[in-house]
Amino acid sequence: MIGIVGYGSYLPRYRIKSETIAKQWGMDSGAIKRGLMLYEKTVPAQDEDTITISVEAAKNALARAQIDPQKIGAVYIGSESHPYAVKPSATVLIDALGIGPHVHVASYEFACKAGTEAMYVAYSLVKAGEVEYALGIGADTSQGAPGDALEYSASAGGAAFIMGKEKVIAEILFTHSFTSDTPDFWRREHEYYPRHAGRFTGEPAYFKHITNAAKSLLEKSRMIPKDFQHAVFHMPNGKFPQEVGKKLGFSKEQMEVGWISPWMGNTYSGSSPTGLAAILDVAKPGDKIFMVSFGSGAGSDGFIFSVTDEIKYVQNLAPKLRDYLDDNKIYLDYGQYAKFRKKIIVNE
Amino acid sequence: MLNEMNSPKANRLAGGDVAVIGVGMTKFGELWNKSLRDIFVEAAMKAIENSGVDHIDSMYVGTMSGGLFVGQEHVGAVMADYLGSVPIPATRVESACASGGAAFRSAFFEVASGYSEIVLAGGVEKMTDGADVTDALATAADQEYEVYHGITFPGLYAMMARAHMHQYKTTREQLAHVAVKNHKNGSLNPNAQFRSQATLEQVMNSTMVADPLRLLDCSPVSDGGAAVILCSLEYAKKLKRPFVKVKASAQASGTIALHSRESLTSLDCVSVAAKKAFKQSNIKPYDINFAEVHDCFTIAEIIVTEDLGFFEKGKGGISVEQGLTSLNGKIPINTSGGLKAKGHPVGATGIAQIIECYEQLTGNAGERQIKNAKLGLAQNMGGSGASCTIHILEAI
Amino acid sequence: MISPKYHREIPQRYRLEAGKCKQCGTISFPPRLICPKCKSKNFETVQLSREGKILTFTIIRVGPDKFSKETPYVVAIIELNDGARLTAQVTDCDVNKVEIGTKVKLVFRKIQDEGKWGLHCYGYKAILI
Repeated sequence: MIGIVGYGSYLPRYRIKSETIAKQWGMDSGAIKRGLMLYEKTVPAQDEDTITISVEAAKNALARAQIDPQKIGAVYIGSESHPYAVKPSATVLIDALGIGPHVHVASYEFACKAGTEAMYVAYSLVKAGEVEYALGIGADTSQGAPGDALEYSASAGGAAFIMGKEKVIAEILFTHSFTSDTPDFWRREHEYYPRHAGRFTGEPAYFKHITNAAKSLLEKSRMIPKDFQHAVFHMPNGKFPQEVGKKLGFSKEQMEVGWISPWMGNTYSGSSPTGLAAILDVAKPGDKIFMVSFGSGAGSDGFIFSVTDEIKYVQNLAPKLRDYLDDNKIYLDYGQYAKFRKKIIVNE
Repeated sequence: MLNEMNSPKANRLAGGDVAVIGVGMTKFGELWNKSLRDIFVEAAMKAIENSGVDHIDSMYVGTMSGGLFVGQEHVGAVMADYLGSVPIPATRVESACASGGAAFRSAFFEVASGYSEIVLAGGVEKMTDGADVTDALATAADQEYEVYHGITFPGLYAMMARAHMHQYKTTREQLAHVAVKNHKNGSLNPNAQFRSQATLEQVMNSTMVADPLRLLDCSPVSDGGAAVILCSLEYAKKLKRPFVKVKASAQASGTIALHSRESLTSLDCVSVAAKKAFKQSNIKPYDINFAEVHDCFTIAEIIVTEDLGFFEKGKGGISVEQGLTSLNGKIPINTSGGLKAKGHPVGATGIAQIIECYEQLTGNAGERQIKNAKLGLAQNMGGSGASCTIHILEAI
Repeated sequence: MISPKYHREIPQRYRLEAGKCKQCGTISFPPRLICPKCKSKNFETVQLSREGKILTFTIIRVGPDKFSKETPYVVAIIELNDGARLTAQVTDCDVNKVEIGTKVKLVFRKIQDEGKWGLHCYGYKAILI
């Protein structure tokens, strides 16, 4: 059996409400809430970045996996906000957590699906027998240009998954990826904020890739939506994942637990991974979980998980996603938010 | 184990073989038109003239960071050169904010040992030439385990203040009383950076720097130089000018990081050095008539006056509030205005403290002259209490 | 360029590695060559406890240049459950809610940047429990 042996999530404490952002730009927050179903989002503290979020999430994953960190043979962090353009994020992480130095490490980038990419490669290496355990992480301190629609969603958080063969808590039954060159969203080298192609990000990008990956995954597994207790899709906002799930035949109830974007925002590479972590926090033995990510540019990674008896022993070994999402929130006004996110020009 | 107190030689030397025969200092403050070397040479020239000596055999220059403040190291040689004193031996002495005290102590040793007859001990700092002063001063703390985390010097003393307030019920007002008193003293000192008085309200309402310390709890950024001439007692008598005797010279170190100290409300380096100094001179804290102490922050004066043994532990705050340390109090502290009002050109401070003792003991302290000044103590401190020098001077 | 210095401190900054005296049990953080208490030169490497309490603290309102955009921030002296002490920032908190005796735990955060072009420098900070 190959799959997840430990998982952990992490979200910053800071929040900004959609109406706070809308007020700044003279927009109607009602439209954002109704149209995009975005109420508030996480904001990283000034001392947080993809690396620190990854470390905290991975620490929680290690607490659940209860394995010797030295046995982890590969570590991948997927993000579109790696703190360095050149220098891997995970080298810091392995030294912080006592992993390696006999370990393979890489930084991944594929817009919002870099996290599931890291999970997929980690899983594949274990399956290939190359490593005993592998750690795949999706984390971001997402960028959205001030005044852009993305500003309401771009948020911060991450989730980490340790793949292995012993004491698996969620077996990976099937995977499928679907990829094409679709220029819906990008950020050029040296640019601070991403650009997007407006409504082109919807039908030809998000919906097309998720739907194709999902359908292939269902075909491969000979399963139907009714077979799953939980489903989670990439969450660029509150509305899209609900729409794509509905189109594929999943019910609101099946998507309930993993649908966290209305209060968390879009944690980019951490989006569907944090949704999966929220599901694992409450999943029961035997539950089947359907997950499809989406990364602009564009592609989707799909996974089918089967939760094992081991799950009940690990759920309480580390903080849950909902603990981070619902508790100890600190709300920021737009000025504080602009300062935190370095949107104010200052003298260096 | 090496113990200076128990060394018969140290006791003999501290018995009174060395005299301070002349002093000189610049005004402290923002000396925009004077360079590091200008400042030092001005102070040293004054000291030499004041002493009546026709030469010096050797010199020590206390400076914390010529390198960071103005990009100049090798300060001993620079000053000997510009003082027109080459080829005499000239050494820069560094012990952070206690550099002046350490320079004086080096000169004391050289004279006491009989190696040289006349030695100049000076101190200088030029802090207003545009360097990041907070950063430069922070190099006196543990760079890797304190400063790395964003602590500042006001912050380190603020943590002591909070602990002292917590443990001994020292009040915010009592801290402010230190500043009010020292500003009052400084207003009587023509060389002081601040000659204006400060009210309790002004101190209490000044800008918060590092909670609970406010701007007027902190010594200022200053330029300034100070120098004194030391010689043997026999030589001093021949010069027929006013002089004072060095009755004790003591020094102690403490851990570089504040968090490594057992107590966060005491400065062990001060109490250790004080015990040595009192033993050397065979006197008790209550024999001291006045003291110049290292009030880089108001809380420092409160803690130091306790650790010197002037007041019971925890009573430093109430003592200043009751006026016991005022000019006409039981033991006047910082008659010069202290670092707080006189200014704190770091390397010069320890020497300027000796100068104030000299002025008081020779009856030349003008409007701030105290009565019956027979024994004065100068306590100079480096970092958050990782270095301390104490000198006891006696009127002749 | 601070790379060599930064790299050397990683075991302490990232993993809180300390030296425990084999003779008297005193924990030195960072590790030392000579035990400050008993002068022994024999140590074993231990990891510090990640939980403790605040012994004293300040709120920095005027910071050094590197930290000037982060004010106000709390710096505290923390005694960890194993008795070791260190200085660290207390992050993610209402600066007015911190008190002497408050329980904290250590988390992994970015401590400072080496300017706009240099290294990101990480390490431990405390959060209120």
